[in-house]
Amino acid sequence: MTVFVIRRLLQAAIVVLLMSMIVFFGVNVVGDPVDMLVSPEADQAEIARVIRDFGLDRPMHEQYWYFLKGAASGDLGNSFIFGQPALKLILHHMPATLELAFTALLMAILIGIPLGLYAGLYPDRGSSKAIMAGSIFGFSLPTFWVGLMLIMIFAVWLGWLPATGRGETATFLGIEASLFTRDGLSHLILPALNLALLKISLVIRLTRAGAREAISQDYIKFARAKGLGTGRIVGVHLMKNIMIPVVTVLGLEFGSLIAFSVVTETIFAWPGMGKLLIEAILQLDRPIVVAYLMIIVLLFVVINLVVDILYSLLDPRVRLGEQGA
Amino acid sequence: MTATLSVTGLHTHFFTRAGVVKAVDGVDFQIAPGEVMGLVGESGSGKSITGFSIMGLIDDPGRIVSGSIRLKGEELVGASDEAMRAIRGNRIAMIFQDPMMTLNPVLRIDTQMVEAIRAHERVPKRDALARARDALGMVGIPAPEERLRAYPHQLSGGMRQRVAIAIAFLNEPDLIIADEPTTALDVTIQSQIIHEAQSLCKRTGTALVWITHDLAVVAGIADRIAVMYAGRIVEAGGIDAVIDTPLHPYTVGLLGSVPTSNRRGERLTQIPGMPPNVLNLPEGCAFRERCPRAAAACHAQPPIAEPRAGQVVRCFHPHGQEASR
Repeated sequence: MTVFVIRRLLQAAIVVLLMSMIVFFGVNVVGDPVDMLVSPEADQAEIARVIRDFGLDRPMHEQYWYFLKGAASGDLGNSFIFGQPALKLILHHMPATLELAFTALLMAILIGIPLGLYAGLYPDRGSSKAIMAGSIFGFSLPTFWVGLMLIMIFAVWLGWLPATGRGETATFLGIEASLFTRDGLSHLILPALNLALLKISLVIRLTRAGAREAISQDYIKFARAKGLGTGRIVGVHLMKNIMIPVVTVLGLEFGSLIAFSVVTETIFAWPGMGKLLIEAILQLDRPIVVAYLMIIVLLFVVINLVVDILYSLLDPRVRLGEQGA
Repeated sequence: MTATLSVTGLHTHFFTRAGVVKAVDGVDFQIAPGEVMGLVGESGSGKSITGFSIMGLIDDPGRIVSGSIRLKGEELVGASDEAMRAIRGNRIAMIFQDPMMTLNPVLRIDTQMVEAIRAHERVPKRDALARARDALGMVGIPAPEERLRAYPHQLSGGMRQRVAIAIAFLNEPDLIIADEPTTALDVTIQSQIIHEAQSLCKRTGTALVWITHDLAVVAGIADRIAVMYAGRIVEAGGIDAVIDTPLHPYTVGLLGSVPTSNRRGERLTQIPGMPPNVLNLPEGCAFRERCPRAAAACHAQPPIAEPRAGQVVRCFHPHGQEASR
């Protein structure tokens, strides 16, 4: 186990380093931020001064080396626009995104698993077929369109929920989140649902497929032959086997929930990292873009590691380290 | 003394889209306490479905159409789901064919044993664990204390089948149905398991239905034997009588196809043709088309006859009765 974790951490370090290279050079190929930074009336001397100030006159590899040195000490550069450390800006916006992603994940689990289980246990019922048809919509409708429709229906026509922004936040157990206030919660529901929709569909399909497969297994028939009640058979014997793929996929998808919250945050004007990123891209604020991508890479690496460990806890047949991964 | 189990006129049919499959079509037998009955037949003869009918584990589209199954005089056909659940694993237990598949891979042995006890009795977990440990010791598992904490994949196939047998005996049932429990095991383990099951039954007075297609296995364990063909019992009687002087042409054919050392060098006889299509069983005797003795009379269903005391047969032209032909 320990060997496994150390090995994975080393692999992670290499992945992060490679990604930093791709991201850094990639971002520097697109556009010229200097045009955005100086006022249109600025003269040549002024422009040259700005270029020098930001170190953009140095050769590429020198800039990268400078960036790496900073990154090693936790400094991912200053935002061109705000003049503040990029990392600080992103971390400032992170709680809003995490809150959104966690709520969406929770929705995917709480809605997806029961529906999928129902559809798997009673595949011939009309309601099961309706659930499966609905999940196809969840998969195929584009997120931005669904987001707009949600705003249209629940905010504009029905007027039940606010359309944009993050509501009041409150601090509970040292965590500041809008989950703890009524206003915050009402602001959270629509964007979280929008973000969760795809994952709900995914979980429904995974759970249903798992249930369909497990239900015909001998161990379920044996459990029935032992005289166990339906509750125990479904809740323990079936669920524990279904949860293995669901947890794996959900874990991996959690990273994409954060990464792809960009669209949802833009539509619902949610003040998270995604919205910050879009603004940074539009203004060619390179340090923010680089810092954001680096954080996402780190996030994915950590999540993958956690999922592997979780997987081994759920499935006793998997013993980390022995498999030489 | 009442029979432990008395089955009369059992019909279990499956109502599929292609038509009605008469998997069990008029089966009668009785088992006394402590008796071992071998239920023999080829694949699709309805022997396993007979077992599942007794357990009340026939799922849609199957249904017990008519007949009676009495456990110590108590009618099981038409009993409520909860009543059947209380009987399963408690008064009738079942052992399955493939020990690799019958234990839930993600639950420890102790969990799977304790739940089988607590499904029928309110006992403290500690007492249930002690009983589980004793049961493992009883079936010849060394170091039962350690095995309790193991997961199924940490045990060999033979060990797992012993665990399944231990689970079957946990609640001291009146009857155990063993559905080809040694088919998936290698021969040395087979004989150990057979010996184990036989001595346990004799000790506890548990009646045993041993379902198999292997006549050699049955000869080693059973007191009585019933031969099934196309959903009916075609011959039944004491084990020695049936094996030494079979009456039904099908039994004769089955015995002739078993390799034995006293016919070394001779070609094995085989039964010509294939088992009939279960969707479209021929009128009258289902074995007619493969039977060397078939005659016009065989287009009618042969009645049950008892040409020799304690040995019944469903045939118009049984062997050993040539004088009466």
